[in-house]
Amino acid sequence: MIQVAIDRAENDVLLIRLAGQWELRHGLASTDAVESELNQKRRPSRIAFDTRELGRWDTSILVFLAAVVDACRERGVMLDSAGLPAGLHNLLGLAEAVREPAGARKELRESGFLERIGEHSLGLIAAVEETLSFIGNMTVACVQLVRMRARYRASDLSLLIQRCGVEALPIVTLISFLVGVILAFISAVQLRQFGAQLYVADLVGVAMTREMGALMSAILMAGRTGAAFAAELGTMKVTQELDAFTTAGFSVAEYLVLPRVLALVLMMPLLCLYADFVGVIGGAAIGVGMLDLSWTTYVQETARAVRLGDTAGGLFKSAVYGALIATAGCWRGLRAGSSASDVGRAATSAVVTSMIVVVAACGVFAFLFYELGL
Amino acid sequence: MATAGGATPYISVRDLTMVYGSHVLMRDMTFSVNQGDVFVIMGASGSGKSTLLRHLIGLNEPAHGSIYYRAENFTSADSSQRERILRNVGILFQGGALWSAMTLSENVGLLLEEYTDLTPAQIRQVASLKLALVGLRGFEDYYPSEISGGMQKRAGLARAMALDPDILFFDEPSAGLDPISARRLDELILQLRDSLGITAVVVSHDLASIFAIGTNSIYLDVSSQAITASGPPAELLARTEDSTLRSFLTRGGNP
Repeated sequence: MIQVAIDRAENDVLLIRLAGQWELRHGLASTDAVESELNQKRRPSRIAFDTRELGRWDTSILVFLAAVVDACRERGVMLDSAGLPAGLHNLLGLAEAVREPAGARKELRESGFLERIGEHSLGLIAAVEETLSFIGNMTVACVQLVRMRARYRASDLSLLIQRCGVEALPIVTLISFLVGVILAFISAVQLRQFGAQLYVADLVGVAMTREMGALMSAILMAGRTGAAFAAELGTMKVTQELDAFTTAGFSVAEYLVLPRVLALVLMMPLLCLYADFVGVIGGAAIGVGMLDLSWTTYVQETARAVRLGDTAGGLFKSAVYGALIATAGCWRGLRAGSSASDVGRAATSAVVTSMIVVVAACGVFAFLFYELGL
Repeated sequence: MATAGGATPYISVRDLTMVYGSHVLMRDMTFSVNQGDVFVIMGASGSGKSTLLRHLIGLNEPAHGSIYYRAENFTSADSSQRERILRNVGILFQGGALWSAMTLSENVGLLLEEYTDLTPAQIRQVASLKLALVGLRGFEDYYPSEISGGMQKRAGLARAMALDPDILFFDEPSAGLDPISARRLDELILQLRDSLGITAVVVSHDLASIFAIGTNSIYLDVSSQAITASGPPAELLARTEDSTLRSFLTRGGNP
């Protein structure tokens, strides 16, 4: 075990005897006794060590000695390390060799109320500036796209289309079938009271094509693809890949963001159409299984109720949602910080941001469609 | 194998064959690292130096052969035995591999928190000392992204030393460092060996560093997929007949 003994010799020398096994698993020795000795009125002028009975040692003795050295320096007491084993002497020299650079230590203090407001405002202004420049870059990229002069790799685009289109089908199938079933079930329970079971088909058909198909696929893609875009671009930022693109003369907006937005804008309406279809099938499953309607009746009733305009409106909305989700995801990724957890945070905020803009857009569409009588 | 007389092997590698996918990197490697050695693994880029290091610390599994730590078979050990063996091992990864979400002090302190009974204040004290040893006094509360590459590397070394390991692995310690910092790191490795009796295994192709610190070495030859030379680097330079190795040790100069 750790043994420290202090011996005050007559000629003002404080002798510290170190003995026993100094290992981290036995804990650390306290320097209180040494310091109280140093604080006495008749302060010793020199500290010496006796390590004849010292056994194994590791960092724990070094921590103790470093603390003694600091205490000595503060009080101007001489330290005679000749009594230490050579290795320990060397390590102590190494630990003390580099002086702390002036101003290196971080000040860990609470900032005041006004200071925090100031910091937040400055942060907000910077964020707005960054957002505006991103929107500007994206506008330029879109103009380039329309002029057929945008630079991005076609293979990137097809890979992205595959990843956010085909590979999303299973989850879209599952969720939209479930939404169709739930809509049908809830309305069936209500409508049966009036003997109006047949109208379950109308309700499911119109709800899926007008709103639910687009909204559900948007929410799925926000979680699935928006987050992936943010994580991907965030990691590229951490590993300086984005810098490599910029210095090579590629616009990040054009080369990385544009194909992602394009892929999702192209795929979202298709996914939405598919979701509409699967949702109607889910409704039909309830209609046929629970309400004793025949498949033919259900399909005919759906075809009568759903107008082309409803479906087209839903598809248009889903294209807009796709653009919003992809942009929000990329934007969050590009603004990520430089650590692994910053990438995670970027993915999280990409999903949250996508949801918010999708819901906001949904509200705007509802108002517009109502005013326009669509 | 050239072994210093009477020294005990800390790591023995027997008939190790490494593969990458279906491609064989090196065949039938046999060598041992002695206690107190600064053992250099040399070789051209792509010869499998870093892969060998990953095998030694159990990140990759050998296709054939085994690795012994003292008398214990590391290759056939189960995960708890491996964990116990690796407790005495410190690793400095090429880029430092610091945990980016933690401050330097937390990076060093995490291991202490997990494997010792020290109080948080004591852990911080130990972490500060370790950082002081690598010349980072005062940088305890910095995040890895806020300091330079060379400092990250030194902080990585402080973390590798957190639990006072018997053996330290260095993957390209001088990569990305300026010559003076690289030399300081070399000196630090030697000082740690002399003061604490640490054994060091260094993967390197930095000649200055190899000759300055290496007490023993092996050379991995790409074309023959085998160890073609072993021994102290300076001695190898003096006596080798192999033109590839000679050219490697003289930066392609006088064959």
